[in-house]
Amino acid sequence: MNLVLKIWRQSGPSDSGRMVKYHVKDVSPDMSFLEMLDVLNERLILEGDDPVAFDHDCREGICGMCGMVINGVAHGEQVATTTCQLHMRHFEDGATITIEPWRAAPFPVVKDLVVDRSAFDRIIQAGGFVSVPAGSAPDAHSIPVRKEDADSAFDAATCIGCGACVAACPNGSASLFTAAKITHLSLLPQGQPERLSRAKAMVEQMDAEGFGGCTNTGECTAVCPKGIPLDTIAQMNSDYLKAAK
Amino acid sequence: MTATIERGAATEPVASAAPPPRKVRFLTSSNGKKVVMAVTGAVMVLFLVGHMVGNLKIFIGKDSFNEYAHALRTLLEPIAPYRTLLTLVEIVLVVSVGLHIWAAVSLSRQARRARPVKYVARKKSQASGYTTHIMRWGGVTIALFVVWHLLDLTFGVVNPKGTNSLPADRMIAGFDPSRWWVTIIYVVAVVMVGLHLRHGIWSMFQTVGRGTARLRPVAALVSAVLVIGFLAPPLAITFGVVK
Amino acid sequence: MNYIEGPEIRDTKAPEGPIEERWEKRKFSAKLVNPANKRKLDVIVVGTGLAGGSAAATLGELGYNVKSFCYQDTPRRAHSIAAQGGINAAKNYRGDGDSIHRLFYDTVKGGDFRARESNVYRLAQVSVNIIDQAVAQGVPFAREYGGLLDTRSFGGAQVSRTFYARGQTGQQLLLGAYQALERQIAAGTVTMHTRHEMLDLIVDDGRARGVIVRDMVTGEIERHLADAVVLATGGYGNVFFLSTNAKGCNTTAIWRAHERGAYFANPCYTQIHPTCIPVSGEYQSKLTLMSESLRNDGRVWVPLAAGDSRAPGDIPEEERDYYLERIYPAFGNLVPRDIASRAAKNVCDEGRGVGPGGLGVYLDFRDAISRLGKDAVEKKYGNLFEMYERITGENPYDVPMRIYPAVHYTMGGLWVDYDLQSTIPGLFVIGEANFSDHGANRLGASALMQGLADGYFVLPTTLGDYLAAGPFGEVSEQAVAEAEIKVRTKIDRLMSVNGTRTPDSFHRELGKLMWDYCGMERTEESLRKALERIPELREEFWNNVKVSGGPEELNQVLEKAGRVADFFDLAELMCLDALVRTESCGGHFRAESQDADGEALRDDASFAHVSAWEHTASGEPVLHKEPLEYEYVKMSQRSYK
Ligand SMILES: Cc1cc2nc3c(=O)[nH]c(=O)nc-3n(C[C@H](O)[C@H](O)[C@H](O)COP(=O)(O)OP(=O)(O)OC[C@H]3O[C@@H](n4cnc5c(N)ncnc54)[C@H](O)[C@@H]3O)c2cc1C
Ligand code: HEM
Ligand code: HEM
Ligand code: SF4
Ligand code: F3S
Ligand code: FES
Repeated sequence: MNLVLKIWRQSGPSDSGRMVKYHVKDVSPDMSFLEMLDVLNERLILEGDDPVAFDHDCREGICGMCGMVINGVAHGEQVATTTCQLHMRHFEDGATITIEPWRAAPFPVVKDLVVDRSAFDRIIQAGGFVSVPAGSAPDAHSIPVRKEDADSAFDAATCIGCGACVAACPNGSASLFTAAKITHLSLLPQGQPERLSRAKAMVEQMDAEGFGGCTNTGECTAVCPKGIPLDTIAQMNSDYLKAAK
Repeated sequence: MTATIERGAATEPVASAAPPPRKVRFLTSSNGKKVVMAVTGAVMVLFLVGHMVGNLKIFIGKDSFNEYAHALRTLLEPIAPYRTLLTLVEIVLVVSVGLHIWAAVSLSRQARRARPVKYVARKKSQASGYTTHIMRWGGVTIALFVVWHLLDLTFGVVNPKGTNSLPADRMIAGFDPSRWWVTIIYVVAVVMVGLHLRHGIWSMFQTVGRGTARLRPVAALVSAVLVIGFLAPPLAITFGVVK
Repeated sequence: MNYIEGPEIRDTKAPEGPIEERWEKRKFSAKLVNPANKRKLDVIVVGTGLAGGSAAATLGELGYNVKSFCYQDTPRRAHSIAAQGGINAAKNYRGDGDSIHRLFYDTVKGGDFRARESNVYRLAQVSVNIIDQAVAQGVPFAREYGGLLDTRSFGGAQVSRTFYARGQTGQQLLLGAYQALERQIAAGTVTMHTRHEMLDLIVDDGRARGVIVRDMVTGEIERHLADAVVLATGGYGNVFFLSTNAKGCNTTAIWRAHERGAYFANPCYTQIHPTCIPVSGEYQSKLTLMSESLRNDGRVWVPLAAGDSRAPGDIPEEERDYYLERIYPAFGNLVPRDIASRAAKNVCDEGRGVGPGGLGVYLDFRDAISRLGKDAVEKKYGNLFEMYERITGENPYDVPMRIYPAVHYTMGGLWVDYDLQSTIPGLFVIGEANFSDHGANRLGASALMQGLADGYFVLPTTLGDYLAAGPFGEVSEQAVAEAEIKVRTKIDRLMSVNGTRTPDSFHRELGKLMWDYCGMERTEESLRKALERIPELREEFWNNVKVSGGPEELNQVLEKAGRVADFFDLAELMCLDALVRTESCGGHFRAESQDADGEALRDDASFAHVSAWEHTASGEPVLHKEPLEYEYVKMSQRSYK
């Protein structure tokens, strides 16, 4: 396959950035999207150019490090798939592919396609945990959990913190990410004592970071590689309302 | 090498370390604004349901409609002066519209700040559809319509029958076949309302934490009923079914 | 490469007495730090995986002043996140005969009698607390309808003691540790430095006193000082280029500590995982693991006849060879990893492999689907099946999966004593980065257990014992400056070569060499060849590598080049270690040492020891042997038949 790539290049936070066009040849359909970029980068290095910086680590869809907006869609058009798990067999020969970083004020561009997602960590710091010091836990079987609750909690807990939800949301909202954690913990007995203070603190931190509010457009869940459902946002809203009472 | 950094006790639950002033935070938080939007939206939806039922009385007869309009103003009459209830409704409506718009504007501004740089590639909706994306424009359209609508049927300023006329006459004259363009404006506006509500009614439940995917068809049904109920009288008049 | 034999290591600091009481004894004898003093004590923890994340959180909770580092943009992305299958614990919730002693026994045996009894016993003891801790944190382990925790069985065990969270156990456990860590960051006890790579260890007056790190965004070289340093930087499987490890996994932190004097133990012990998706082309950048749990229900087979190129569905039952069930009737598809991997290699060597290049065997769910129903199979393995389909484009519900072994885990690492302290006082090493408790082979679901045991329970006690003597006073400027200059010099050198090959191309070549000569099967000849080729290739690297960009910016090529440089040095030590250990054991298979059935043949008389390598300025390493004694488990030939 031969492809034309239009990639956002920005040398650093202070650079204004621009789209640059590259041609890549002989791409195998079995390559992953990132392997295709590796090929481009190998060439750029040898030509003495700066290779395209992008974040990645596990390359198996679980660490949440990778992420770019491909043809206008966060992580590309294949559903429930991270960028690193996207394969070139889903593109047509000769296609032009536009590649941009996540766009959101709280995710400033560090370089090229690399953005700073530390705002997510600060949302977790605000309360996304159960306060339990090591060594003080009761026997694991002392609190049974309904299987259905455990399963739903798990569904919410699978969020990989990639930030695609923010990238896709027309409001630049971090609601799905925040709601996923709130829901995970609020469905389990272990999360009950801090449930309301957690929801309140995390939602307010989300605002403080500069994310937009949610208007329930559902773009986030559509691109989320883990398919975190919108029900989590309802759960967050419900907990938040209770906390505000 | 010893850094002496002071810090809080490690075991304190951080989330509730400093309970913030509750109410104030609530209204300034995005979630709080959304709740305001949902509550005011709900008030307006309730009003619309009542309004639609009232409008449909035109099919029973002019008198029935006039009586209803009269009743609106004289209800509670001996206890309270003329127009008490209607005025109350109007106040609630005005406040609701005001808060609804305030929240909408404030949230849009927050959203704009959160996404200062737009994507180069044409954005494709990956979600259910486009109605969700036109809430703001839809809202503005509705607002403009309501202003005009009030001038027309409530105050009669732009109505051929003028201010001092019976409501039913105003209505029948307003949608006279010769004024087909008025009917078209109403049709467009009501469809916009329908679209706004198709998302809005579901969204409202989601916002207050009661949203599930199952509510979506319900919201669509309610909006459809409203659209049909609202459009029946003007269309009937324009096409001469009701004279 | 020559080496010198140095004195034996006699004392590992494990307490004497009955094995069940040793850890209790050590905990009691460990000195405590006065709570008021704790905040005056600085601890650096490099790495935020299960080991580092849990350690930093716990140390912060205890009141130490902790600085935590990782190379990713957030601690939650450490490679532990990728662990799929599960975590072992001797809870015996099933009443199927499990016990601390049995877990201990299975682990020692699984490790082919090359692990320390005292350490493994402690690991088994602590395993039960880990599950309690994780559940209390809200880790959503799989549960049964009664609301209690579900377990499954894993390779190398006949009891069901593996706790799991679908195929994402590592993720859920790591998020638990990460959240505990973020809580401490918010409380101010831990300062987090993300996108920072440790490039050297500061040793002053014989003690580890800090690290030199590079801010990967600005390129700035920073010095961080402390009273103790904890390395939790994970494994070095990426020396093979292709492995199941995340792309960023590296040996830099432990290698540079090794250069500063920490012994490196058993570098040649590498685990090859039997169930990975086979390589599909030259461009391949990493290999993806298919959780071992699949072997619970999937059946492994190849065609009976070599060169059979029919589609799997067209091969009748009689013409299939379910070779694991045939050779190992007792354990069947659940034999330990090293055994399953080698068996796959053998059938492929016989020409019976399937898929492109004949490097693959089938993992078939046909029988499981007809026995349990598609839904049940989907519930258990749905996400793994999806992942397989995304990568290969084939649907495993219809066609059997193709799998092949791939490098997965490194049992070797920095040598530590019972307290997890390396040979440099004040340098503690935990998780996969140390030479760990797994001996020559790690059983499935035991790495998560070890990482969390180290971080939540063991280190906080033993580190306290060390720190009770602190704070240790000012660090000499000379020691810091020397380390900093060393780092800068290395970076300058890499930047200035300006050759014609990328760091990745060298890494690929080194990886291939290691896989061919020091991979699943090693011979004296192959290892000698490797020891000849590695220095040549390293030489070329230092004369012909090309690093674009500058040092003072985000430069992923420079990061890569630095890591590859260390992989060269490590690769050489690995091959040397493999050459010296002429026996076969666990993940280390020397073709010269096998029994009549082709199984690994140990040589306990000569090799019942840990090989701990000391780095010397001359480049000639010194080998220190730590003898292994077995009082509670009788050494025997492992048999899974
Ligand atoms: C695909 C896969 C599946 C697995 N499944 C299982 C399983 O089911 N059960 C099981 O028990 N085990 C499993 N394992 C093994 C297990 O996941 C690992 O051994 C374990 O998680 C290692 O944890 P760790 O904390 O030691 O290191 P890691 O999680 O690798 O963490 C390393 C940390 O060190 C940091 N770091 C590294 N180098 C530097 C540097 N130079 N400077 C700064 N920071 C640095 C990184 O940023 C990271 O935070 C699996 C492994 C893989 C690859
Ligand atoms: C000036 C006029 C209006 C504007 C600017 C406006 C704007 C908006 C916006 C931006 C939303 C949020 C979108 C979302 O949640 O997805 C919204 C929600 C809503 N609107 Fe309006 N709207 C207007 C008028 C109306 C009217 C007249 C009604 C009722 C008849 C109405 C009913 C609702 C409802 C029920 C919601 C859902 C509330 C929620 O999401 O919580 N709106 N509106
Ligand atoms: C198309 C069908 C509609 C018809 C025929 C209609 C008709 C009328 C009439 C006759 C009145 C005057 C009632 C009175 O003064 O007693 C009125 C008032 C009003 N209408 Fe409508 N209307 C329609 C649609 C709408 C819509 C879609 C909205 C809002 C989104 C709306 C909002 C209002 C408001 C706010 C008033 C003022 C009520 C008050 O004064 O208390 N109408 N309408
Ligand atoms: S909710 Fe989904 S899209 Fe958002 S960060 Fe989590 S995994 Fe990514
Ligand atoms: S796309 Fe945005 S508007 Fe809400 S539903 Fe998702 S956060
Ligand atoms: S690189 Fe880890 S999710 Fe893509």
